[in-house]
Amino acid sequence: MNEIWRMIGQRLLLGVLTLFIISVVIFGATELLPGDLARELLGQSATEETLAALREQLGLNDPAPLRYWNWLAGVLQGDFGMSMATQKPISELVGARLGNTLFLALYAAALAVPFALLLGVLAALWRNSIFDRASNALALTAISFPEFFVAYTLILWLAQSGLFPSMVRITGSTTTGEMLYMAFLPALTLTLVVTAHMMRMTRAAIINLLASPYIEMARLKGMSPMRVVLRHAVPNALAPIINVVALNLAYLITGVVVIEVVFVYPGLGQLMIDAVSNRDIAVVQAITLIFASAYVLLNLLADVLSTITNPRLMHRK
Amino acid sequence: MENTRLLTIKGLKIEGRSGDAWHEIIKGVDLTLHKGEVLGLIGESGAGKSTLGLAAMGFARDGCRISGGTIDFDGIDLRTASETRRRGLRGKRIAYVAQSAAASFNPAHKLIDQYCEAPVVHGVMPRKTAEDDAVDLYRRMRLPNPDAIGFRYPHQVSGGQLQRAMTAMAMSCRPDLIIFDEPTTALDVTTQIEVMAAIRDIVRQFGTAAIYITHDLAVVAQMADRIKVLLRGDEVEEADTRSMLAAPREDYTRSLWAVRSFARAEHPSATGIPVASVGNVTAGYGAVDVLKNISFDIHAGRTVAVVGESGSGKSTTARVITGLLPPREGEVLFNGKALPASFKARSRDELRQCQMIYQMADTALNPKLRLRELIGRPAAMYLGLKGKALDSRIRDLLALIELEPDKYIDRLPSELSGGQKQRIGIARALAAEPQLIICDEVTSALDQIVQEGILKLLDRLQNEFNLAYMFITHDLATVKAIADEVVVMQHGAVVERGAKAEIFADPKEDYTRLLLSSVPEMDPDWLNRLLVARSGLTPND
Repeated sequence: MNEIWRMIGQRLLLGVLTLFIISVVIFGATELLPGDLARELLGQSATEETLAALREQLGLNDPAPLRYWNWLAGVLQGDFGMSMATQKPISELVGARLGNTLFLALYAAALAVPFALLLGVLAALWRNSIFDRASNALALTAISFPEFFVAYTLILWLAQSGLFPSMVRITGSTTTGEMLYMAFLPALTLTLVVTAHMMRMTRAAIINLLASPYIEMARLKGMSPMRVVLRHAVPNALAPIINVVALNLAYLITGVVVIEVVFVYPGLGQLMIDAVSNRDIAVVQAITLIFASAYVLLNLLADVLSTITNPRLMHRK
Repeated sequence: MENTRLLTIKGLKIEGRSGDAWHEIIKGVDLTLHKGEVLGLIGESGAGKSTLGLAAMGFARDGCRISGGTIDFDGIDLRTASETRRRGLRGKRIAYVAQSAAASFNPAHKLIDQYCEAPVVHGVMPRKTAEDDAVDLYRRMRLPNPDAIGFRYPHQVSGGQLQRAMTAMAMSCRPDLIIFDEPTTALDVTTQIEVMAAIRDIVRQFGTAAIYITHDLAVVAQMADRIKVLLRGDEVEEADTRSMLAAPREDYTRSLWAVRSFARAEHPSATGIPVASVGNVTAGYGAVDVLKNISFDIHAGRTVAVVGESGSGKSTTARVITGLLPPREGEVLFNGKALPASFKARSRDELRQCQMIYQMADTALNPKLRLRELIGRPAAMYLGLKGKALDSRIRDLLALIELEPDKYIDRLPSELSGGQKQRIGIARALAAEPQLIICDEVTSALDQIVQEGILKLLDRLQNEFNLAYMFITHDLATVKAIADEVVVMQHGAVVERGAKAEIFADPKEDYTRLLLSSVPEMDPDWLNRLLVARSGLTPND
């Protein structure tokens, strides 16, 4: 177990380093964007004097490294700063949105992961059957269409008829049940988008093992095909499956921008788009770091789980 | 006898698919087995031994199908029975022990979980009883620490112990029949004896019938009541063990003795400066010393066989000589001159002088290259041959290894047999015109008859080019056939070295004696006598 803690510690340190590099890159990239925050805030009619005064007030005239340093110093003290566009604290802006994004991601994951794993196992069990071919074809079709197309198709079928709402309005009094109902279409869209990847990896990882001598041994012990796959192949296929699931979970958190726009879902993706168009760099930075942290933590989780499920690594000679 | 019949196979035909075509692997074989009887199946690889063994369970591997004949197991026709019915027999009344226990145990589960699976799923006994039973059988199989060993994962247990644990697992439902598919082939001779003795005892204790598959006649002689010889899916002959060993009827059966009877002319004596000289070498990986202060010489035109069990440091010695593993202490001399420790610091000519041939020709040859490139590259790189000169050199080399140049020069390794691939490995080593060739278990993966061909070829090339060979092997029959000198290694140290005749006739060290006495002999009483001699106890029968 000590080795696992050491690995977690090392990976967290590396994760912090990754986040630092990402923040530098994002800061540099936003510097390259054309446009001017002051003009965005004051509009086209503002005079040069008022613009200059606002720039001075917001510290926009400081050299870039100094501004980066001021921002970083704030973050290290837990202060993500103010949104320059809305003049609200970023933690307040991001907080509610992060909750919504995580809710949608978990919702989609709760649908997609069991569905994809089940499909993958069954496709491996009945490989080359009609079921295998059909599920492969459907999964690939779903992943091949652009996300917004899938989303609008679902809206056409399921929202036009009034079954589910096509827009998500969340207020303070919205209950979890209402959330589940309203967020069903975006969650379903995400499920369709991520299922193919996980299902095909599960199928491939299992089939890859079916030629192993220990699988033949299990069959020669008279075990049923289902038991051979579930008890003898799946435990050895966990590492690749865990990794692809983690990658897709990260995508559910960070890759939902288009879906949030289509369903007017108040998540981080929408906030980020607004912040980019407003040149609200501090907000962009904060959201980027959240997205990057999601990747770092989920990958770490995947590695820890892969290690724990591998007896060769858990029980040394 | 009729009422004790357990398994009756008649006119069995099995087909295998290659591409779209089906070809016969088993061409109409009959087989009968009585209760409690052990039948030995022997033959080269490709003879269909395993296929026949699996067919006795009504099982055909993917890409194979049973196309004719009948398989009657205790009144049940395994060909027409439903898959569910067959599944109910497998593991319960017919069990299987695979060649490589290390690969055939599921790495994800503890041994005892895998033991209990068949009895619990087949409803023979509840889990708790099965666990107690496992400990009992582990004890009968003479596994160390039988109470605890089941709670280990396969990777935590040695190969010989795993093989015994697998035999115990096969016994878990007290089957009527066990198929042993080369259960000791992957083991060292000293371990092989323990496993053979344990298998034989337990089969006798429970009166289990068995089909014992192997390519080693001496092994099957210890285990089987009757022997059936197979060749390319056909039966060659069948007889009870003693009469077959005393008087085999067919030439093919006699040829299975081939390697053991192969002998070669005397080589020049060891004089002058040795081609290669390993001097007080200590080497290892990480903090562990794998080699401890070893020394020996190899002279031109002579063969030094390095023998020992797996893990004794044989291949590591080769890595030190070739410079892949720089030693911590000591040095390697070539013609009296010290070589740089690492291959990176050696000149091209120094690298050329020492070539290697590997055990697995399959993995040692780049599957994407044609023979022309495989053999041509070292000739071009070390000797600077180009164009016509290179082409004719490649053709000469192919002729040297007895492959027709025009026919083979543009083939890929996948278009060759195992023995032919190993010949290409030899040609590739020869192409560099070396003085020393290190042969690392080069015949271990080959059948006896193919082995003999490779050994003869190596011997001829040695005489023709005055080559020095370092021959790494765990097979003492091969050592007997080709070595001039023998270096016996154990735990990374040289236990004993000397001329072959002396080592075989008068071993000085206990370990050498143990190793030599562990080589199975054709005599069916050999194992009994050996066990009596070693333990001072009477054997179980």
